[in-house]
Amino acid sequence: MVIYGTALLSLCLLAGMLAGEALGWMMGVEANVGGVGIAMLLLMVATDRLKAARRLRPASDEGVLYWSAIYVPIIVAMAASQDVARAINGGAAAIVAGVLVVAVAFALVPVVGRIGLPKPTPETRKDA
Amino acid sequence: MTELLHELQMALTSYALITAFAVVGVTVLFSYWFSRRFTAGRVHGSAIAIVIGLAMAYVGGVMTGGSKGIADFPMLAGVGLMGGAMLRDLAIVATAFGVRMDEFKSTGLSGIVSLLTGMVSSFIIGGIVAYGAGYHDAVSVTTIAAGAATFIVGPVTGSAIGASSEVIAISIAVGLVKAVVVMIATPFVARYIGLDNPRSALIFGGLVGTTSGVAGGLAATDPKLVPYGAMTATFYTGIGCLLGPSVFFLLFSALLGA
Repeated sequence: MVIYGTALLSLCLLAGMLAGEALGWMMGVEANVGGVGIAMLLLMVATDRLKAARRLRPASDEGVLYWSAIYVPIIVAMAASQDVARAINGGAAAIVAGVLVVAVAFALVPVVGRIGLPKPTPETRKDA
Repeated sequence: MTELLHELQMALTSYALITAFAVVGVTVLFSYWFSRRFTAGRVHGSAIAIVIGLAMAYVGGVMTGGSKGIADFPMLAGVGLMGGAMLRDLAIVATAFGVRMDEFKSTGLSGIVSLLTGMVSSFIIGGIVAYGAGYHDAVSVTTIAAGAATFIVGPVTGSAIGASSEVIAISIAVGLVKAVVVMIATPFVARYIGLDNPRSALIFGGLVGTTSGVAGGLAATDPKLVPYGAMTATFYTGIGCLLGPSVFFLLFSALLGA
């Protein structure tokens, strides 16, 4: 049944949010720490187990896949409900800070990407 | 005739979420057509759709004076529900379906490094710009710097350390600019920063941090990368709310001698 997949997805999200709130409470911050990330891990583990035990039918998959497929439209809706006017009217300082911080984060992606790789040089190919 | 229009408006308003599905669907349809017709598919349809979304949000914000973009029109309130945290989080989690665990395990260290590097660089840059803009007290500088992390970290930090509402407003604006720039720029720079595999997407999520920016930017680049970036980004705001009013506030206090 399609609803089984959606229910599984919902349960994972709820459990993740709860764990994120608990984590925030333990750290003493009024924010959800990693709730969505924990929910993603839960969903991965749960579907892995259920698939292995052959308890998840293709019809149940549909209940998750629909939400995964509707992701981009939801992001479009999210973009359309952002406070863009305020971002633009936030003044030069806000725009300068916002743009600079993004530029640096982008530039750091290949730098941090090298960390944890076997060897930075392309000649040494290790199958680690 | 006006009565008919009124009836139509009533119907659209009371079925707000359905109206949103229709409006967003038409926007996406137009965007993909535009992508094929005018850019030969070079600019991804979802990137165009997100930019149109942002443009609509700007128009909505200017016309209504509200804070929820186009969703401040009663007829389009459903767009706010559709793009709100509840359904967004549900869809983000759903993207993890079918992702293999071992793809995450191999990036553990660089994921953590990217989170911390992203956080520290945001606060440093935000702090410098705040100082340059004439804010020289630790509370204001920390709050604006926190906004450079995300638009949630800014106000949370600001209210924790007692910043003025003007400074908190600026910190939110910084975070919003960041999210908007990430959504628009990511598909264009992806090629140059090697953003084409799960590993770099994970690092990208940790460095950039803003969930809406990462989610939008990666969706516009390659939807397959979304779960990886979203995974690390989801920890960013929480850690920022933890470090902002504590470590970074103490650091800025020491630096500015206040």
